[in-house]
Amino acid sequence: MLTKRIIACLDVHAGRVVKGVQFVDLVDAGDPATQAARHAREGADEIVLLDITATHEARQTLLDTVRRTARELFVPFCVGGGIRALSDAEAVFEAGADKVSVNSAALKDPTLIEAIGRSFGAQAVVVAIDAKRDPSAADPVHDAQVYLQGGRKLAGRRVVEWAREAEQRGAGEILLTSMDSDGTRAGFDCELTAAVSEAVGIPVIASGGAGTVDHFTDVFGRGKADAALAASIFHFGISSARSLKQELAQAGVSVRLPC
Amino acid sequence: MRVTVIDYKAGNLTSVLKALRHLGAETVVTDGDLSLIESAERIVLPGVGHFAATERLDSTGITGAIRAAIAHGVPFLGICVGMQWLYAGSSEAPGQPGLGHFSELCTHFAESTEKVPHVGWNSLEVKSGSRLLAGVAPGEFVYFTHSFKGPVTADTAATSFYIEPFAAAVERGNVMGTQFHPEKSGETGLKILRNFLAWKARED
Repeated sequence: MLTKRIIACLDVHAGRVVKGVQFVDLVDAGDPATQAARHAREGADEIVLLDITATHEARQTLLDTVRRTARELFVPFCVGGGIRALSDAEAVFEAGADKVSVNSAALKDPTLIEAIGRSFGAQAVVVAIDAKRDPSAADPVHDAQVYLQGGRKLAGRRVVEWAREAEQRGAGEILLTSMDSDGTRAGFDCELTAAVSEAVGIPVIASGGAGTVDHFTDVFGRGKADAALAASIFHFGISSARSLKQELAQAGVSVRLPC
Repeated sequence: MRVTVIDYKAGNLTSVLKALRHLGAETVVTDGDLSLIESAERIVLPGVGHFAATERLDSTGITGAIRAAIAHGVPFLGICVGMQWLYAGSSEAPGQPGLGHFSELCTHFAESTEKVPHVGWNSLEVKSGSRLLAGVAPGEFVYFTHSFKGPVTADTAATSFYIEPFAAAVERGNVMGTQFHPEKSGETGLKILRNFLAWKARED
C-alpha cells in the first residue's frame, strides 16, 4: 500500500540549518549533513533542503552543502532555493540531489519547469508555492495568493490556478507552503491543501504549521495531502519521524513502518 | 567488483553511482564506449523520465552490446525505465522497442481516482526464490516514482499494489530489474543492491 510521506525539511542559510517564524526571526538549528542523516536514520521518508537566502555568492556554499548532505543519504533528497536556470538545477543534481524545487524563477519563467523536466524527468521537478489566504477575497481559500522571493513579494497569481499550470508544464509534485501557518505549530492549512490537491493529479506536499500528531492526521485526511513537511517539530528533539509515524499508524494513517 | 553504469542522457546518475560506491563497488560510466560493456562484470541501466529516451541505446549500439553481455551471463540490473526497457516496449513510446528479454509490454496505470504518477514508499510482496530480493521481508517498503509499469507474470520477482497489482521487480537468470529505486530505498534498497553485487552464476 502506498504510504503517506513524512518529509523532514531543512531550511538552510549560509550552510547552516535555521528555523524562523513566518519566514523571519531565524534561529540556528545545526549542520545540514548531520541533521539530514539523523532524520533519515530516525525514519524520515524524504529530505528537503531549502536554501532560504540563496544569493549568487552563496551558490558554491550550497553545492558543497548538497554534496556533503547527499553523500550518505539513501532516501529521496530534494533541494530548492535559488534555482533560477536549468544550469542551476544541473549543478544541484550533479551534487547529488534527486529532485529540485523551483519557486520564484518558475513564476517568472514557467518554461523552466519544462526545461528541467525534459532533461531530468518530471519526477525530478517539484514546484514550490508560497501561499497566503486572501482575507479580502470572496473565497479566501480558492483566491489564495502566490508569493515569491521567500514570501516577500506578491506574485499576482492565484494558488490553485498556478498549481494547475505547473502540473500542465510537467511538474512532478507540488510543495505547498502556507505562509499563514508556517512556523506557528498551530496546524497545516487543510482547506488550502485540499483545494490544491483536488485541483491537480500530481502529489501535493503540505507544509507550514506542523506542531502535533493531530495536525498530520488532519492534513492527510481532510487536507488530502500525499506528503507532509515538518521542520521545527523535529529540530529541537520534540519528536522523531519514527515516533510521529508510530502515532500516525495508531491513528489509522498508512505510513512506512518499521523504518 | 566493477559495475558498468549506462548513461543514456535521461536523468541523473549520481544517486545510483553513490549507492554502488557506498557498497564498495568500483563504477565506470559509458554513454557509448562499448568496450566498457563488453568487459563489464556487472551492468546497471538506471533511468528516469520518458521511455522514448531509450532510443539512444539503439543509436549508440549499446543495445546490441548489452544483449551480447547478457548472453555471456553478465548480471544486469535495470532500474525504473531501465527495468521497463527489458520488456518488448512501453505504451509510453509505442514506436520505440525495448530489449524484448521479457515479451510483454509496459502500460500506463489504469484510469482511477488515484493520482498518477505513483510516488512514494510502497510495500513489496516478494516471490520466494528471488535472488535479487533475498532477505527482503514481506511488507518491506521501497521508493517508487513512475506512471508506467510492467505486468505481473512468471518472471515477476516482487509485486506491489497501486490501483492494480504490478511488477515491482523482475528476474530471470542474470537479468534483473526494479521498478522502484533501490538507491533511494534506505536499508532495504541497499540490501537489494548488495544482492546484485554478490550475484553469482549457479554451478548447476
